[in-house]
Amino acid sequence: MKYTLPIGPIHPALKEPILFEFEIEGEKIANVDIKPGHNHRGIEWTGMRRNPVQIIYLAERICGICSASHPFAFCMAVENAGNIPVPDRAQYIRTIIAELERIHSHILWAGVAAHELGFDSLLYLTWRVREKVLDILEYLTGNRINYAMYMIGGIRRDITDEQVPKIKEALNYYKGLLEKLGNIFLKDPTIRMRTRNVGVLTKEEALKLCAVGPTARASGVKKDVRQDYAYAAYADLDVMAITPDMLTGKVIGDVYDRIIVRLLELKQSIEIIEECLKNMPSGEIMSEPKIPKLLINLKKAVGEGIGRHEAPRGEVFHYVKLDGKETPYTWKARAPTYNNLLSWVPMLVGEQIADIPIVAASTDPCISCTDRVAVIRGSKKNILTKEKLHKLSVEKTAEFTRRLMK
Amino acid sequence: MNKKSEIIPEGIVEYFKKKFGDKIIDSRVEKRKIGVKKNEQKMVWFRVERNIFKDAVKHLLELQFPHLSVVSGNDVGENIELIYHFTLNHGEHLKEIPVNISVEMPKNDLKIPSICDIIPGALITEREKQEMLGVKVENIPDSRKMFLPDDFPENVYPWRKDEKGIPEKMVKKLWEEKK
Repeated sequence: MKYTLPIGPIHPALKEPILFEFEIEGEKIANVDIKPGHNHRGIEWTGMRRNPVQIIYLAERICGICSASHPFAFCMAVENAGNIPVPDRAQYIRTIIAELERIHSHILWAGVAAHELGFDSLLYLTWRVREKVLDILEYLTGNRINYAMYMIGGIRRDITDEQVPKIKEALNYYKGLLEKLGNIFLKDPTIRMRTRNVGVLTKEEALKLCAVGPTARASGVKKDVRQDYAYAAYADLDVMAITPDMLTGKVIGDVYDRIIVRLLELKQSIEIIEECLKNMPSGEIMSEPKIPKLLINLKKAVGEGIGRHEAPRGEVFHYVKLDGKETPYTWKARAPTYNNLLSWVPMLVGEQIADIPIVAASTDPCISCTDRVAVIRGSKKNILTKEKLHKLSVEKTAEFTRRLMK
Repeated sequence: MNKKSEIIPEGIVEYFKKKFGDKIIDSRVEKRKIGVKKNEQKMVWFRVERNIFKDAVKHLLELQFPHLSVVSGNDVGENIELIYHFTLNHGEHLKEIPVNISVEMPKNDLKIPSICDIIPGALITEREKQEMLGVKVENIPDSRKMFLPDDFPENVYPWRKDEKGIPEKMVKKLWEEKK
């Protein structure tokens, strides 16, 4: 017998409200419908009533985790539309901040994944080591999140020579941890059993559904804006899109492959920052340091442009049209999860209820956390709390561990 | 089909002009030098007439299966403009080319064919265009609202700049409206 299992709008695997409606047959997922919009704040509408410099503040608050990605893409879109140059030194600092953000975001994700599988001690350990990069971001920008670094035509704060040793120390700290993280996440037999061949997205599906970021790359699509449409300092570097076959020699496109991609990207981010620090050009950090003058220039600008940045979750896309007025004529912001929503369907169909948390979390959705789930069986309503659903997942892991012990 | 050699920005414009002639309007290739090494980013913009829009997308597919980043929309007075932001040629350093295809339609006839049958990933952005701009996407597999609540007023479209945009009463003094 089929029954419907709604999960959300508030749910433990998500960091922002969204509703899943699962059609369940026994223990298997037969179909899934996704309904977002529970947190639609009309940010684009609000932005079209503000000047571009004020929009940076808004763009930074679209997402709490990729708070460098949206202003980065927005500034590039305005620079493209208004033909505004960016000094080379600013390009390098932009890249460093974006990569530091990727490090903190991927480690955060690793912790969430551990929690969904029932390894809470691992969650605490990964989030403990994440503190180091947040300290560095605070040291450089003044904030753990919402760094307020990006400005149209440059960057707001320089990285001085005295600050460099501290950044290098943090990078070495993470280098020393990479092997440990790899051992824990990739060699643990229980994690492997919970994630290998679970939540598979094939390469063809990823292409057809326009998936982006680690979700697409784990399925073997060599797609990374930092490589394909290199911008800022990435244009000078040799960034390569990371796919799981680089480590294992094959692509399956499951949750395990998504873990591989993110762990390899941690190493890649460290190398990018080192390269940027080594080759950082000297000079100005803003092409027009006087903000009132910048605003006057923007008011005169006419044109349209796009800005694309590879956020930790994939391509962030901004479109801006300027028409010679104080506010932009149009502003469209598109986050990576928007493109990855449809990928959930092939990933989830055919899996078990206990796999929902880890599969849903495996695309690193930028949507929220939670408390209860209602299960409807016929006319009877059963409330599954967050704890209950999480318990199902933990029990599955414990069951696998028991089997391994025998 | 391997036509990689044709995938340079000028080549893409040529490729479309050869097939559709003067129905390809305002084409331009933008180049921007970037970084210390001054490598070049390139992208293509052009507008097509609505009656060839779907054929143009099919024509693009013959070149290569594109990635659809998103569809953005402009309310330009008498018309609504949709811009389909495709990208081609991912996989190599700086070889990717964004291809931005825009299409305009008059406000008294807001219809555009769905491209979900050829690019299934277009569904979310097409649903968004229906609710945000009031454009009817014909043959869309799923026409429910995407981001707006189900009880959102009819005939109000947040991105419109005319009388169908968000009225003042939905923004200010909400306590008076929703007593």
